[in-house]
Amino acid sequence: MMHIFCPYCGELREEEEFHAKGQAHIERPIEPEACSDAEWGDYLFFRNNPRGIHHELWIHAVGCRKYFNITRHTVTYEILETYRMGEQPGITAETLAAEQLAQSAAASAASSTTQQTGDARP
Amino acid sequence: MTETRTPSRRTSSGGRINRETSLNFTFNGKRYQGLAGDTLASALMANGVDVLNASFKYARPRGLVAAGAEEPNAILQLGSTESGQVPNVRATQQALYDGLEAHAVSGWVKSQKDLMSRFLPQVGKLGGKFMPPGFYYKTFMAPASLWMTYEKYIRKAAGLGRSPLENDPDIYDHLHQHTDVLVIGSGPAGLLAALVAARSGARVILCDEQEELGGSLLSMSGDCLDQTLDGQPASEWRDAVLAELAACDDVLLLPRTTANGYHDHNFVTLHERRTEHQADIAPVNSRGARQARSRLHRVRAHRVIMATGAHERPLVYSHNDVPGNMIAGAVTTYLTRFGVAAGDKLVLSVNNDHAYRAALAWKAAGRDVVAIADARSAPSGALVEAARAAGIRIITGAAVIEARGDRRVTGARVAAIDIDGFKVTGEVEELVCDTIASSGGYSPVVHLAAHTGARPVWSDEVHGFLPALGAPMLKGFDACGAANGSFSLEDVLVAAYASGVAAVEACEYPVADTIVPAVSALVEAPMLPLYQVPHDKPTARAPKQFVDLQNDVTAAGIELATREGFESIEHVKRYTAMGFGTDQGKLGNVNGMAVAARCLGQTIPDTGTTVFRPNYTPVTFGAIVGRHCGALFDPMRYTAMQEWHVAQGAKFEDVGQWKRPWYYPQGSEDMHAAVERECLAVREKVGVLDASTLGKIDITGRDAREFLNRIYTNAWAKLAVGKARYGLMCHDDGMVMDDGVTTCLAEDHFLMTTTTGGAAAILEWMELWHQTEWPELDVQMTSVTDHWATLTVTGPEARALVGELTDIDLDRDNFKFMEVREGMIADIPGRIFRISFTGELSYELNVPANYGQYVWETLFAKGEKYGLTPYGTETMHVLRAEKGFIIVGQDTDGSMTPEDLGMQWCVGYNKPYSWIGKRALTRPDTRRDDRKQMIGLIPRRKKAGDERIVLQEGAQIVFDPDHAIPMPMVGHVTSSYYSPTLGHGFALAVVKGGSARIGETVFLPQADGSTLEAEITAPVFYDKKGARQNV
Repeated sequence: MMHIFCPYCGELREEEEFHAKGQAHIERPIEPEACSDAEWGDYLFFRNNPRGIHHELWIHAVGCRKYFNITRHTVTYEILETYRMGEQPGITAETLAAEQLAQSAAASAASSTTQQTGDARP
Repeated sequence: MTETRTPSRRTSSGGRINRETSLNFTFNGKRYQGLAGDTLASALMANGVDVLNASFKYARPRGLVAAGAEEPNAILQLGSTESGQVPNVRATQQALYDGLEAHAVSGWVKSQKDLMSRFLPQVGKLGGKFMPPGFYYKTFMAPASLWMTYEKYIRKAAGLGRSPLENDPDIYDHLHQHTDVLVIGSGPAGLLAALVAARSGARVILCDEQEELGGSLLSMSGDCLDQTLDGQPASEWRDAVLAELAACDDVLLLPRTTANGYHDHNFVTLHERRTEHQADIAPVNSRGARQARSRLHRVRAHRVIMATGAHERPLVYSHNDVPGNMIAGAVTTYLTRFGVAAGDKLVLSVNNDHAYRAALAWKAAGRDVVAIADARSAPSGALVEAARAAGIRIITGAAVIEARGDRRVTGARVAAIDIDGFKVTGEVEELVCDTIASSGGYSPVVHLAAHTGARPVWSDEVHGFLPALGAPMLKGFDACGAANGSFSLEDVLVAAYASGVAAVEACEYPVADTIVPAVSALVEAPMLPLYQVPHDKPTARAPKQFVDLQNDVTAAGIELATREGFESIEHVKRYTAMGFGTDQGKLGNVNGMAVAARCLGQTIPDTGTTVFRPNYTPVTFGAIVGRHCGALFDPMRYTAMQEWHVAQGAKFEDVGQWKRPWYYPQGSEDMHAAVERECLAVREKVGVLDASTLGKIDITGRDAREFLNRIYTNAWAKLAVGKARYGLMCHDDGMVMDDGVTTCLAEDHFLMTTTTGGAAAILEWMELWHQTEWPELDVQMTSVTDHWATLTVTGPEARALVGELTDIDLDRDNFKFMEVREGMIADIPGRIFRISFTGELSYELNVPANYGQYVWETLFAKGEKYGLTPYGTETMHVLRAEKGFIIVGQDTDGSMTPEDLGMQWCVGYNKPYSWIGKRALTRPDTRRDDRKQMIGLIPRRKKAGDERIVLQEGAQIVFDPDHAIPMPMVGHVTSSYYSPTLGHGFALAVVKGGSARIGETVFLPQADGSTLEAEITAPVFYDKKGARQNV
């Protein structure tokens, strides 16, 4: 059971208080009648199913009743951030990949000078 | 099963048992005595009970192997009464109490014999080569049509124990805990880590699955050269630490508490058994209250420290399942902790120093150690030297390759072995003994660390799997001690101290001074990896070498699985059932992987890693359910008039969580008679329905009207103050999701009603659009469902009756259909809505909920002369269906557009804003002519009595009853009733292209082979012009 930080209440609360509402940042086309059937179908039915970073819409249903967004890892269930409606995620699959690339570059530079201890402790 | 009583195996002194207090218990109906402090297992062992069960598949006799949670055989049925029956109890984890009754689980063998004689008489005898892995699949899969028959027997055969047939009288609690540090396991690692955290001021929970806290410290003894801590014997150090922890305000000590599941974000479920060491049903306390039998602690911890220790691995040799074969550490524990020797003559087969403790303790108890077979060529540690000094024979470079005996070990075959060549190299020596203890090393108990998906990592140093610390699924999770591969006491304590400090720092407390206890020196030599012991015959032909005792999986079975192409350990497990059941691979997993790896010519990590899922040990359903049973299973919602309904003998129906009056039977009426009477009363006189459960949402704000325009399919721009309108709501895919009447109370104030079941979801739905797409709209919504009691007064006499209660002018021209008025109702300020769900003249009275029953009773006081009749939801359904009014969720299923329902009149095609669902109505799929459309059905009446035909709701409709099977199904019945007003049955249904087929005949094939016929009609059956509601 996840522990979710509500960005409006400013507290970590139990998952039971929240309802998941699917993929975040789905915008309803401003002029639906101007959409082709295919475009409208994409908006209605097509959703990402990533193995990794996912931006999700949640509501603090039995708390403040506010909708907000979660950046969650679908494999590890880590919640990397929560943010309010109208805000953009600070962490995306792209920023994370760039960060990991930089980290592995730094690590390979470091391992060439020092021997690794093999200690898996965080 | 009968046992010959053998002399007590109890030692003359030592152990943590109370020799003054004897306890009576029975096993398989026979009486025995044990001591306070015994587990059921140690008491059975002390009484010389060797055979505790017949094995799962081969029905071989089995006895105790282990002393803890990893015990695979001693799974017993407990309980002296029917309601107190508990299946799946490990005798090693059950404290003995006076009056305990236990039974072997032997139902399986009987069921299996039954299965065999029924379907495979030619097999003749059980087990042996007739039941290789995959036996069931291979034997019973054909013919496929018989699988359902086989399955019934196989399922029955696969059980371990049985559920009670009576209700459980016990109560179970759930507790929600928040803590800084949760320490799981109270051996030296857990105790020191908890001590560091507690001294630093952190809130600490320390739990352990055993009866007493202390873990491995409880079985430490000077007899086996065990070390001292700060110069004290282990038990004294333990006592001192526990006393200090117990004195801390913010430390919760939980013995008999198993951490069964590790879940996302450091959420851990602890199962605390509070009375199971006292009786099979919880005792009643001095105040006469039954105590909670167990507590499920739902712990959210900032840091979790897993100090769960290690499970010893047995060696895999032939006939290693005969009673008397045990793991070495268990032999030691039974001696040092419970004062019981497993037998008289011991042969030990080991690959490491630590296991020598069994021989030392055995010798100290005055028993005979026949020999120690050590797989290493030159063992040299301090324990080895102590054994040599005690005159114990050590056979180096050798192992027990086979046990002799049937219902008890009678001897051991020992031979020199070549591990790399996997063969026996020397002469086989026959030793006479009654007990064989083996040790193949130690597997860290990593189960919890794997529950969130972090795969354990193989360590070539430890020769076992370690928790994947640092994995993202293990944030805030640490492990120390043997659970993390530290086996020497010094290493354990240093690691535990570091874990404690790390936890304290993560919780931002200053770290208090604590010194790692000094440990007396003990030199241990490294182990030599050995899993399956070679036999002088090849594995496939050697006597059975068991890998998983609980599931009867042998080394030969795993070899067969790999030969048949199952190369992943996950496939091998499923094919052989290794690690299934309550065992979850505790004893056999690594050995099984080693066998598979050997057969495949690869390393253990190449063969795969291992996955564990909650729960670590079985948890009773009672503990999971807690108090959420009986009346507390689900919240129940009642209207303000509930008392009256109950007093009138109403039958209730569940609508969501609401209890709604279904019908009000009079005398001996059944539902049909009551509903017919209620229907006629409404059509002819006047009835009243408690409609309080309808969802009510109060909507205010400057843009409330615009908001409704966007959410509803129809137009709201011109709805005047004081007027009401029916509205239909769609998802953006154009499918109907809810309906209801919304009233304009003021320019910026509306009251929306929703379906009873949809109220909460609709509020969330509207908030979604407001908060995510249209935050610029000035609109506020709040649920007022519970604030108002609603009385629907309906029927020709409604005006006269309501007129007696209210000062509101009910004149037909002053208060028209679809209007609202505010005023006094039975002297209570309220609102009256002139809306109708029955087709009759109707007034919906709304009064504050607290006055609901008062107004209801006042109405009845005035209503007698009008023939006022209360009616329930069933009558409501008949009346509305006669008028063709849909119920969303009954007549719709999320695939119906307003047009499919024939409700074009309720679609604002020209509204300026493209409302939710509009665009979808022009998609090609929603424009198809052959969509299922709402129509009416009237069963064809061919003979007298056919007017009573009521089509079954959900019945499938076909156009051609003579079509070959499978017939194309073209629709189904959604609502169907007998109408006393019409004098015959009728139904609402959906049929492909139905609205163009009015007057045609359709067919409804019945389960009994007959076929009913019905005529398609318009879906309005009564007062088609709607004159009656407008009078």
